Amino acid sequence: MKSFKLILVAIILSVTFSSCTKDDDSSVDNENLLANYTLLKTLKSNNYNIEVYSEEEEFTVGYNELFIRIKEGTSENYLPNAEFSWKPIMHMTQMVHSCPKSEIVKIKNESIYKGYIVFQMPGNTDEYWELTINFSIDNKEYKATTQIDVKAPLDDKRRVNTFMGSDDSRYVLAMLPINPKVSLNDFSAVLFKMENMMNFPIVENYKVMLDPRMPGMGNHSSPNNVDLIYDTNDKTYKGKLSLTMTGYWKINLKLINDVAETIKGEDITEENPESSLFFELEF
Amino acid sequence: MKAHITVPSLNVIKEIQARMVILLCLALSFLMVTFTVNAQKVITKSQDTILPLITLNEVILISAKQELQYQKQYKPLSSLDEYLEFSRKVDMIKRGAYAWEPTLNNMTSERLSVTIDGMKVFGACTDKMDPITSYVDVSNLSKAHIISGQKGAAYGSTIGGAINLELDKSNFKGTGFKASIENSYETNNKLKVIGAEANFSNTDFYVDSDIVYRKAENYSDGDGKEIAFSQYEKYNVSINGGYKTNPKNAITATLIFDEAHNIGYPALPMDVSLARALITSIGFENDSIGAFSNFKSKIYYNTVTHIMDDSKRPDVPIRMDMPGWSDTYGFMSEAKLKTKKHSFLLKWDGFYNQSLAEMTMYPNNPNERSMFMLTWPDIRTLNSGIYAEDDISFKKSSFNISTRVAIQNSTIADEFGLNSLKIFYPNINKNQVRVLKSLSVQWHKNFVPYRLNFGLSYGDRAPSVSEAYGFYLFNSFDNHDYIGDPKLKNEESLEANAKISIEKSNYELGIESTAFRMPNYIIGEIDTSLSTMTIGADGVKIYKNLTYANLINVAINGQYKIFPELVLDGQVSYHRGKDNKNRNLPFISPLSYSSSIQYNKKRFSGTFKIRGAAKQVNFNSDFGEDQTLAYTVFSLNFGKTFYLNNDLVYAKMGVENLFDKKYSTYTDWKNIPRMGRNFFITLTYSMY
Repeated sequence: MKSFKLILVAIILSVTFSSCTKDDDSSVDNENLLANYTLLKTLKSNNYNIEVYSEEEEFTVGYNELFIRIKEGTSENYLPNAEFSWKPIMHMTQMVHSCPKSEIVKIKNESIYKGYIVFQMPGNTDEYWELTINFSIDNKEYKATTQIDVKAPLDDKRRVNTFMGSDDSRYVLAMLPINPKVSLNDFSAVLFKMENMMNFPIVENYKVMLDPRMPGMGNHSSPNNVDLIYDTNDKTYKGKLSLTMTGYWKINLKLINDVAETIKGEDITEENPESSLFFELEF
Repeated sequence: MKAHITVPSLNVIKEIQARMVILLCLALSFLMVTFTVNAQKVITKSQDTILPLITLNEVILISAKQELQYQKQYKPLSSLDEYLEFSRKVDMIKRGAYAWEPTLNNMTSERLSVTIDGMKVFGACTDKMDPITSYVDVSNLSKAHIISGQKGAAYGSTIGGAINLELDKSNFKGTGFKASIENSYETNNKLKVIGAEANFSNTDFYVDSDIVYRKAENYSDGDGKEIAFSQYEKYNVSINGGYKTNPKNAITATLIFDEAHNIGYPALPMDVSLARALITSIGFENDSIGAFSNFKSKIYYNTVTHIMDDSKRPDVPIRMDMPGWSDTYGFMSEAKLKTKKHSFLLKWDGFYNQSLAEMTMYPNNPNERSMFMLTWPDIRTLNSGIYAEDDISFKKSSFNISTRVAIQNSTIADEFGLNSLKIFYPNINKNQVRVLKSLSVQWHKNFVPYRLNFGLSYGDRAPSVSEAYGFYLFNSFDNHDYIGDPKLKNEESLEANAKISIEKSNYELGIESTAFRMPNYIIGEIDTSLSTMTIGADGVKIYKNLTYANLINVAINGQYKIFPELVLDGQVSYHRGKDNKNRNLPFISPLSYSSSIQYNKKRFSGTFKIRGAAKQVNFNSDFGEDQTLAYTVFSLNFGKTFYLNNDLVYAKMGVENLFDKKYSTYTDWKNIPRMGRNFFITLTYSMY
């Protein structure tokens, strides 16, 4: 009888817990939408405040998914009818350059706008990033500029590659953030060609071949990886990354162009334990 | 974030729920059986004056309850493994000096049902370093029943047969108080064994207790070379009790605690710092309920912890820990029904096992995080089956038919493990259900002095946890990593056995053969597309179903009584195993032989024994085998019993591998040499 009661209590508890979980999942609350994100920067212009949020704690080298919202003065109402464009600029001691970035698009039915920037390098004492956001509200154009602090990733693992390809073009290849698990993970990357210091158009229809390895354990690989293929819908390269255990993984890459020529990267062999093009993960 | 916090607690609750439901189910089924059987009111006369069934089972006597039995024991305090090795059908795979893995009919653990008093216990090591025979000691046991082929289905679904280790119980025999102290020493590996037991029994109460401690250093082979990492240390405590609530009913209970430390496995790259088992049961017995007799029912629980590590190895490519856990809850109920011609046995049993094993590797670069994987992803196996057997006796012959039907459900309980396996099998389900079947017919005919036995059977088994769910399990024998396949089909067995024997007053001679055809035989096959995980491994194998494999065992044995007290016996056996592509199966014995001459008179006994094998002709290098050379080894022992103040003292001494031969057999993992010359002495002091 006692155990029956215990079971009953357990069932009730589990129902309570599971229903709580469901509530949390389904509550798409406008106010709380960015509650779990960090406000990285507020830009001010003409009494408008532009807030830039990220899932990360700071602007980081690599792919940064950023969320933007705008309000007027001290008002609590965020504006749903703004239009944005942006330009990140790196002020180096010898030169100035930009980096790959997306358009900024509005999230459906929200006053939140979204886009990404791929920083190739961190700032330092002599060199810094500057972010300019151009926006228009009610057909009026405004501009806000601020200096931002871009940090190297805390784990110091490579998330972005800037390189010269065998076709003498410069490319930027960045992985999308991943919450790695011991499983077959969804894995994506974005690829840009560096046309000049300021323009980084998306490269379409190439292929990124994966060969994840564990250098700490005989440089073994993992099975059933799926190479990254260009997806026209969201303009990213998508595939599957299989990780058979936790730890440090070097994801060796080979970039192949649309006519099957190798642009960058080498096969892994006994003699060649790593590719010159790679990402890193540790979990 | 909240969702993340609630998920573990939800799992914990589900876990508790699951455990309770299982306990409740076990308790319910236990009660149901009790009531069902009570409800039977059929009364028939039970008697049998007809020919009893001669089974092909073999019984290895372990405990010596009487003075005479001491004489028959070759080496009283030897390990259970050594006792089992005396069986004609059992060979032991050795990875070191401890925890040998029994094979029966040349088949290993996953094809056998090994039970302790009918209870299922599952080892917790992914590398079979802890066969369940390592979690009991001879001090706990009275006999080992070795049952070949499908007849072993009485103890669970099997292909090769069953080994049931019967616990040593006083069983209301009314023998009063008995105590004894045992002591043994062996020279080769400085093995010290000390044991004690105390038993009390009267007609309505008994309690048996024993304790034993063993400690061994490294042993040396025939060339005198010390085999590093062959040491071990273990102790075992057990207590059994029974109480008769009335002249017909009894309640019994068993508790065994076995713990081994610092066990070296010289043939493997890792050792074991701890192997621990707690084995418990509570039973109910009734002499007769209605028409049924020998009604027995019990519920049991056992838990096994196995910690494998390489901390003592000086030079490894990477440090790793590989702990494993296995918990089993089970029940069984059986009753017999005897009529003039029939002798029925009906059995209902079930178990629930949780097997979890993990592996953590520590990179040589201290800044890198440790690497972790689940090698057994918390597999929950729920199995319940019904076994029925009928012996039908005629004037000069008898007939036995037996069958088992079981349902087995396996669940991958760990999400991490499920995701790991999905790398290989993206569409696998958490759950799978299998139906396991067995049917066996045996016929026995007696034309004095000849006896004839013939049997045909069919049976199948589910893949083992490693075969279905193992994740990068390194097998040092063939130097490959192994991956399980949850979609494996059941392995089947079609079996035929025959025995012809002649028995005269002073000699016996018999020839016996068992042949198996095993459709869907499970074995690891190389997958060249996969990258090895273990540093230095040659490749990766995935368990597959072969179309079939064939295995045949033939043995001739004889016994000749030169004088009533001088007996000569001998056996020669031949074994052959091949798969559908004519490849040799691994671990198949070459032609082997043994012979002994025994002298037993009153209080003195002596044995001279020869054991050997021919050169291995059929072996398979794909499975890591190489040719084992022929060998012959000799051993000798003497025993004497005498009385000291009315107490019995029994001394036995002997020498094994008399000529210090360096040899290894086909069952020695990576050809690890066997022990060289070894003297032993055993002293037993019994008080009545």
